[in-house]
Amino acid sequence: MTKSELIEQLAAKQVHLAYKDIEIAVKTILEYMAEALTQGKRIEIRGFGSFSLHYRPPRVGRNPKTGGSVRLEGKYVPYFKPGKELRDRINASLQRGQMIIHDDETGEEGEV
Amino acid sequence: MNAITKADIAEKLFNDVGLNKREAKDMVELFFEEVRAYLEQGQHVKLSGFGNFTLRDKSERPGRNPKTGEEIPITRRRVVTFRAGQKLKAKVEEQTDTIKQQTGVTDE
Repeated sequence: MTKSELIEQLAAKQVHLAYKDIEIAVKTILEYMAEALTQGKRIEIRGFGSFSLHYRPPRVGRNPKTGGSVRLEGKYVPYFKPGKELRDRINASLQRGQMIIHDDETGEEGEV
Repeated sequence: MNAITKADIAEKLFNDVGLNKREAKDMVELFFEEVRAYLEQGQHVKLSGFGNFTLRDKSERPGRNPKTGEEIPITRRRVVTFRAGQKLKAKVEEQTDTIKQQTGVTDE
């Protein structure tokens, strides 16, 4: 499922709202959450999960081409912990035999 | 730490998008419900500019009760993992020094 499919789906359910408003709302939600994380804030969505930052301390890495060592700075990375309702519903879908649908195997999001 | 909640997101939609309070609240609820519903239907969710929610099935493996040491199998399960997109990861990484100052993390 992609962002545009999500917008379509929401539009089908929120028929009283203009399509354009739903589109802007979805983008606003995602930008707002991204911005919050960038400012080091935690996001807690009951029934869904929480987003926070995890710190990765500095380490010595290797340049794969030369084999030389490189010092990598410490950094923060976004982290998601699914909430109980989400965990339970996903696990229940396995128990009732729902397959995981692999529409494409890139695993990467379509960045703009 | 002051966490952002659904109420804050709804407030943002009210202020920036011009939805009324009711619409803003419903939109936030429905947004997260739709993502849950897609995942529940076995679909990965890809939100460009933010990140991907991916499903993985894990087979049963041996586990232990940490308190008693008793062996109990961890049953097979489906889990969701989140991978932040390149853009979000890069933005967070850029801000590392600022965030460190705010949270008082040191490398020593």
